[in-house]
Amino acid sequence: MDAAALKTRRKRRELILQTLLVVVVALIVWAAISTAQTKLDELNMTSGFGFLERATGWAYSFSLIDRSIDDSYSRTLLIGFMNTLFLGLICIVLSTVLGFAIGTARDARQLGLNAVATVYIQLFRNLPLILQLVFWYAVLIHMPGPRQAYSLGDALFLSNRGLMLPALNVSPSAVLGIFACLVLLGFVIFRLKSLQFLHKLGLWLVAGIGLTLILASMFTPADSSIFSIPAQKGLRFQGGLTVSIELVAMILAITLYGSAYIAEVVRGGLHEVPSGLTEAGKALGLSSRSIWFHVKMPMALRTIMPPLGNQWIFIMKATTLGVAIGFSDLFYIVSTSITQSGQTLELMGLLMLSFLLINYSLAQIVNFINARLALKGH
Amino acid sequence: MAIASEVTGTSDRWDQLVRTLKKRAFRSPSDSLTSVFIFGLMLYMAWMLLDWALFSAVWRAEDVEHCAEAGGACWSVIAARHRLILFGLYPYDLHWRSTLACIAIVATVVLSCLPHFWSTSKLVTLWIVGFGTYVLLMDGSLLGQAQVTTDQWGGLALTLFMFSAVVLLGMPMGLLLALARRSRLPAVKGAASLLIDFIRSLPLLTTLFAAAVVIPLLLPDWLNGDKIWRVIVGFALFFACYQAEVFRGGFQAIPKGQFEAGKALGLTSFQILSRIVMPQVFRHALPSTINMVVVTFKETAIVIIIGFFDVLASANAAFGTVEWAPYYIEVYAFVGAIYWIFIFSLSQYGEYLKARMSVAKR
Repeated sequence: MDAAALKTRRKRRELILQTLLVVVVALIVWAAISTAQTKLDELNMTSGFGFLERATGWAYSFSLIDRSIDDSYSRTLLIGFMNTLFLGLICIVLSTVLGFAIGTARDARQLGLNAVATVYIQLFRNLPLILQLVFWYAVLIHMPGPRQAYSLGDALFLSNRGLMLPALNVSPSAVLGIFACLVLLGFVIFRLKSLQFLHKLGLWLVAGIGLTLILASMFTPADSSIFSIPAQKGLRFQGGLTVSIELVAMILAITLYGSAYIAEVVRGGLHEVPSGLTEAGKALGLSSRSIWFHVKMPMALRTIMPPLGNQWIFIMKATTLGVAIGFSDLFYIVSTSITQSGQTLELMGLLMLSFLLINYSLAQIVNFINARLALKGH
Repeated sequence: MAIASEVTGTSDRWDQLVRTLKKRAFRSPSDSLTSVFIFGLMLYMAWMLLDWALFSAVWRAEDVEHCAEAGGACWSVIAARHRLILFGLYPYDLHWRSTLACIAIVATVVLSCLPHFWSTSKLVTLWIVGFGTYVLLMDGSLLGQAQVTTDQWGGLALTLFMFSAVVLLGMPMGLLLALARRSRLPAVKGAASLLIDFIRSLPLLTTLFAAAVVIPLLLPDWLNGDKIWRVIVGFALFFACYQAEVFRGGFQAIPKGQFEAGKALGLTSFQILSRIVMPQVFRHALPSTINMVVVTFKETAIVIIIGFFDVLASANAAFGTVEWAPYYIEVYAFVGAIYWIFIFSLSQYGEYLKARMSVAKR
């Protein structure tokens, strides 16, 4: 048999093999769907997304917007989605900042700093996140009650009811408006060409605080002060912002765990920067701070960014552990909805879709930053 | 010179320590001040911790009434409840079987770290024997002992079981997925890529929840099996999708010439894969594989959420009575120490391998 004939035979065999695979997968999917159909029929369940408009009738711990037990499933799921995004973003920002600090300390010449950072990383990295979460939750619910609350300058209180913080004395919709203005301000400032990144960041922080105060004073009710400071009134606190212990525990656990991982990523990145560059910086008479900002970090960021993006995605996924302590993240809302409504397949589909969406968007952001960081012409 | 330093080895090490300290801790006055402050603080905290954990602690279960005034840790709760934490609801008088089973798994992990066992056949045999021993001992029916069903397995024993079953099942699945992703056939390649990317973008909890709750809806009842096995298969699939990417990295590190050389020698594709390519892939993928194994051990703790009585769940149960409720920190410290020792030693071993391999490359 000649080569051409052999080749056609192989081609045909491969085609048959692939067709077989597709048919088998299709059969399995079909069998699964029909099994589900019969099982759901036996339980008298209707499939489809009609249930989304029904009222849920159950309460949960945390929401960014107004909620009631008469909310429809779709609104409740939206609240869960917002909670997951909210918690994930807070944890991403906090653990990135902390991770860069610890990673730099791990890379430091100073032996003491180095030792502290090493202990921190080894402690938090080598324990399961869920163990840390239930631990912090247990510690927080064993805190003293509001009467014996720990306080910092009589403005910040920690008790078993949660963390009370001073807040701006404005309505939630005004907060949203202020936030939008801050984002817009950041957008304008970061488009400026003549400034360095750090100066932009500084300018944004200072201008942002100023803008917030001006806007807040415009929206505060006439007869009250611009800040609302928590104060003890009998058995409870009034005023200020109360962060529930579930949220505090989630932020604490995920931030400590995430920052230990990010610190290792940062240290790896700093380690990759050739020592000659640091020495060159020294020879130019730069301070160690300038060397870090202008030589080491810009070089290291290119190695840091891809694994850092993975860590961000990990943090987003880690919010699902909220179900263990009753924080109402998306997973918690979905699993409660499943037990309450029985619409397992639809709800799991929505859950998966949401995470695909979140993680895909995060990956796109990381890609965008990566492209901006890439050396021109490489 | 060599002899001199051997004779005065200790003083050399001392000199080096002094030099390091001079360079990295006491170079300038402000540097020294920082060092003294940090080391002072660390010593103080270490002392407080030691005092709490050892010197002021109460150790015996009978002394629990002294715990409140002792001011230190109350290890009485561990003394009284350690069996619950380690073995869960397993029948009390059969705990020796759980103990032996746990030893079998730990021994398997330790042995597979030794270079002597680093061949596919030896590793596979070792793990099947170790895992088989575990199941035989825990179940007991094949040994002529009283049978204990999986719903009574618990505590650390269950955590170790999940971990080893996931690794044992997930490793070949990961290899198959990696091979499928490298396939020339677009349908095979597409299906594998889709599955890997899909599972990797979801939280582990979603996969486990789907295995526990959704799969029973999709499969006919006779195929459903035990909940524990469904969860293990789901977990193994998760492990496999990450491990497939690790293997893919290993495959990419192998030059094309190796395949061609194999072909020139007249070997079949299977022979090339099993005798030339795979041994090198395993070697390249080793540090990342250890990393995955460590992550898997850590992530098993998550099964508490879908209702398994693993070591974390039994820890929660251990201080779940009125008597022991105040001593939750001791219980978490105990369980944390167990996890920490396992994970730390495994990941240090991974670091050692990485260092060893980067030396070998030079």
